[in-house]
Amino acid sequence: MADLINLTIDGRAIQAAPGTLLIDAAKHAGIEVPAFCYYEGLTLAAACRMCLVEIEKAPKLMTACTQPVAEGMVVRTETPQVAAARKSMLEFLLSNHPLDCPVCDKGGECELQDMTFRYGAGESRFTEMKVHVDEKQWSPVVFFDNPRCILCYRCVRICNEGMGVGALGVVNRGVVSEIAPNEGDHLECDECGMCIDICPVGALTSGIYRYHTRPWEMEHVGTICTHCSNGCKTTLGVRNDEIIRGNNRDRSGINGEFLCIKGRYAFDFYNHPERLLAPRVRVNGKLEEVSWSKAIETVAAKFNEVRARHGKFGVIGSNHTTNEENYYLQKFARKVLGTGNIDHHRTGDVPALLDALSGKSGKLAGKLAIAADLYNKKAVLVIGADLALEQPFLSFQIRANYRHHQARAYVVTAQPVREDKYAVASVRVAAGGELDAVESLRDRLKAEPELVIVFGDAIKGEAVRRLVDFGESLGIPVQYVCLVDYSNSRGAVDMGLLPDAAGGLALPEILAAQDLDVLWVVGANPRPSGSGPFLVVQDLFLTETAQVADVVFPAASAYEKNGTVTNVCGEVQRLRRAVGAMGAKPDLEIMGLLAREMGVAAELGPWIPETVFAEIRLNVRGYDVPLPVLEMGGAAQTAALNGRVALDGRPELIRSAHENLFTSGTLGRYSKVLNSVVESHGNR
Amino acid sequence: MLYNEPHPLETKVLTRRFGLENSASIDTYLATEGYQAFEKAAGMKPEQIIEEMKISNLRGRGGAGFPTGMKWSFVPRTSPKPKYIVVNADESEPGTCKDRLLMEYDPHQLIEGVLIAGLAVDAHAGYIYIRGEYRYLIEIVDKAIAEAYARGYLGKNIRGTGFDFELYTHTGAGAYECGEESALLESLEGKRGIPRIRPPFPAVSGAFQCPTVLNNVESYCAAPAIIRDGGAAFAALGIPKAGGTKLTCLTGHVNRPGVYELKLGFPVKTMIEEVGGGILDGKKLKAFIPGGSSCPVLTAAECEGLTMDYDAMAKAKSMLGSGGVVVMHEDTCMVKAALRIMRFYAHESCGWCIPCREGTAWLRKLLQRFHDGMGQRSDIALIGDLAKNMLGKTFCPLGDAAALPTISIVEKFYHEFEDHLNGKPCPYEEAGRLVTA
Repeated sequence: MADLINLTIDGRAIQAAPGTLLIDAAKHAGIEVPAFCYYEGLTLAAACRMCLVEIEKAPKLMTACTQPVAEGMVVRTETPQVAAARKSMLEFLLSNHPLDCPVCDKGGECELQDMTFRYGAGESRFTEMKVHVDEKQWSPVVFFDNPRCILCYRCVRICNEGMGVGALGVVNRGVVSEIAPNEGDHLECDECGMCIDICPVGALTSGIYRYHTRPWEMEHVGTICTHCSNGCKTTLGVRNDEIIRGNNRDRSGINGEFLCIKGRYAFDFYNHPERLLAPRVRVNGKLEEVSWSKAIETVAAKFNEVRARHGKFGVIGSNHTTNEENYYLQKFARKVLGTGNIDHHRTGDVPALLDALSGKSGKLAGKLAIAADLYNKKAVLVIGADLALEQPFLSFQIRANYRHHQARAYVVTAQPVREDKYAVASVRVAAGGELDAVESLRDRLKAEPELVIVFGDAIKGEAVRRLVDFGESLGIPVQYVCLVDYSNSRGAVDMGLLPDAAGGLALPEILAAQDLDVLWVVGANPRPSGSGPFLVVQDLFLTETAQVADVVFPAASAYEKNGTVTNVCGEVQRLRRAVGAMGAKPDLEIMGLLAREMGVAAELGPWIPETVFAEIRLNVRGYDVPLPVLEMGGAAQTAALNGRVALDGRPELIRSAHENLFTSGTLGRYSKVLNSVVESHGNR
Repeated sequence: MLYNEPHPLETKVLTRRFGLENSASIDTYLATEGYQAFEKAAGMKPEQIIEEMKISNLRGRGGAGFPTGMKWSFVPRTSPKPKYIVVNADESEPGTCKDRLLMEYDPHQLIEGVLIAGLAVDAHAGYIYIRGEYRYLIEIVDKAIAEAYARGYLGKNIRGTGFDFELYTHTGAGAYECGEESALLESLEGKRGIPRIRPPFPAVSGAFQCPTVLNNVESYCAAPAIIRDGGAAFAALGIPKAGGTKLTCLTGHVNRPGVYELKLGFPVKTMIEEVGGGILDGKKLKAFIPGGSSCPVLTAAECEGLTMDYDAMAKAKSMLGSGGVVVMHEDTCMVKAALRIMRFYAHESCGWCIPCREGTAWLRKLLQRFHDGMGQRSDIALIGDLAKNMLGKTFCPLGDAAALPTISIVEKFYHEFEDHLNGKPCPYEEAGRLVTA
């Protein structure tokens, strides 16, 4: 490590690494240098001039955001001259800024408010006419109120640099400069809302949240997004048992500042009018609403009856339910129902990867990667996935890695992808040609100091083993991410929602089996054909599967329950209950109530998430993760190697749904926002 | 634009071909020692060229007055990247109209200057960035470039010297801000014309992130004379520390406005009285802008004994700037002048940084209201205060350019602001229109 540089800020001796910007050095020393346009990780703008400080020997005030630290530098941040400069910048800013704080969404968490409060200029000398421009709607989720805009260009930069979309620009000049979509009057982009999130004032507002509440009237619940497998933390603003907004307020969690449209807005399926509010039982061929006790009794009696005559059960689990629920479900199936016919919609060959990596040791042994590795490692190889659409956070990480660390990206896909823009090599392949294409990159990959390989469902079964062999032959440390589709696809595999190696039926066989007595579907929509076995469904909505069920239990969504989920990289994080679910119950509770009614509760143990997770930590390899990390809202990676998975590969069963930014299986169909944006219209 | 009649007190070096028949054609140019400097420079070592430029004491003619030879010496000749020569022909400073004449009447002199710069820093491509409003000049310069290609003064292996050079014109889109060198480069690269954070300076990372020499048209036009006759001869024309001649654009209330080539150190009084033919209608001098509207305004008293050069102007707390002299006589309303100047800067502010964007717009409205007779006494201090709040705090010098004349007018002509108070009609004649924009 290079020698640290010594400098003095406000009389305090400070050390900083060479190249550190003065504003960061001050921040790390606990000295606040105010700024609007400076945003860690984005290119410098030096536009707001709020960070002007006095540097000895400099002829005038200098911007701390553009000044790298230098040996012997003497800096003062609180002199009368600096204070006057800050005040005058605020006065300039406020000259055309409307005084509509009382109705502005940002009021209470506005950086301009805070700065004015702290640095003065509360009273204006401006008596001229303000520049006014009417508010514009750029998309169902993005509104722009130009007069409030202070032109810090954060939105332009995050869209261009952070998202790689570049949907925003600046039009006009001087005092009538205006942020504008490059499409002219509307946005055609990821609709991620990053521009809104990063806006220091109330210029960019969310179509979902605007004029609904004030920030201080909400409770903020940090939980995990339930859509894709990336496992982004989303902070839900809750008022009166209603989710008002989603964002990433404190920039904690594995995703930091990042959220996509799903994480930010697509929680809205939770109060869709078609949510199931009461259990339904088929009476005379028609599903009728009944009480919970009646429904539980009906199913328990059926289960006990079939169990008593050693009938045949089939169980299909979910990619969305918690680890606790998945664990409890498979335990229920194996221990109580005595069946190994259990499966879920498999979206990536995680078992093959775990198997290929198990038993390896030594420095160069392949390992699993965590999300942070995609930001930190020197090179990334993406195989067979359009990350920007399917795994938006992973794509964001790699992009940031390129911007900040000049990481080298390699892409092997069928179609052009966003990573092509900066990738050192992009190879287009037809399906099946991925491994050959990877082989063609061998020499270049060999020259890398380290590599993370991200692969989609194009690589499965034997191909995974060959890929790991390839990685091993490079002679450099290689880490892997096996892409899966949904929020707990990975957990479903780890918890054992897979058929028993000896004679267990897999998903298509369960659906095709003619001799099944009971089919129990928890949080999935496999659409079984016609009238077959006694069908029990637990779901949020009356899905195609639920419509043909004999009993339907209304299940709670991920925002209405506690538990843990495991993301695509094997990182375990906690779900926290944000709101209550009227009429519905968490799947875990439904299973618990069934067990109690069946008289088998003692065998399965309490249906309390924390208790079940304690059991998971003991029984599931790799899940002995530190609890404090989870409790603090952090992500704990399951042990790098989950160990050998005794499983007949069945790679033909692995099929990713390739959900994009605007689809999310059943949940996506019930999200108003996802269906409202112009970009999703092609999905219909 | 019609070229004015020359004056006997002029020293014609850069403008010596003005007035010749077909002065823009390569034949005229070649007949009058044209491209001889290039041939000479091609036989010199690059260091020698730069040394001559340094000896000449040529200081940048765009306004900042940075020694040109020094600037060229900052370009890392050994850099593996290509190097570029960029000509700043985005002449937009109010009161300045010299570069257009240099390009209109003697474009080959500019091309030769660019070639000499190319030889000095090992560059093989150049761009002439011409302001959007000078559309008609593009045709003239393009024609000259085509002539030069045809005669082998541009292109591959120029005149058998083994030196290759490609030259292009590029038109601006009408932004004053693009006269600022880094904004010009952004615009040249096809981006929005906003300034860059410096360092790095263009000499190290300029056009397309490559080392770039970026000078004003007049600076390049001086290079052929310097190389042909030697740096010392050029330096001798001027005064110590500032060599050669300066094209001075004499505008405002004078009888003979025009562009005159005067030695550096030329007395201001003589310039107004003799070269300019005295003040219009025999009136008295009230105020004087020495180098474009960005400079602090000088009073008649301050012009006594003042000479037109960098140091003398700095001593008088103003600037030689781009040579856009504006003479204002006794009937001029200085509030109106301040308003006219501020209207220009508010219109031209690129909007990137807060103090310039908001400050110029605020001051424009305030000055307008004040001049309309709706000002209050406290507004006078506010005008000065806002300008001072902009000064030295903006991203690029545009904010300073707007602040400096405003501050100087408030300080030096305070009583004229007082004369506008209490709803009185403006007691002075219209004069703002004489500040050209």
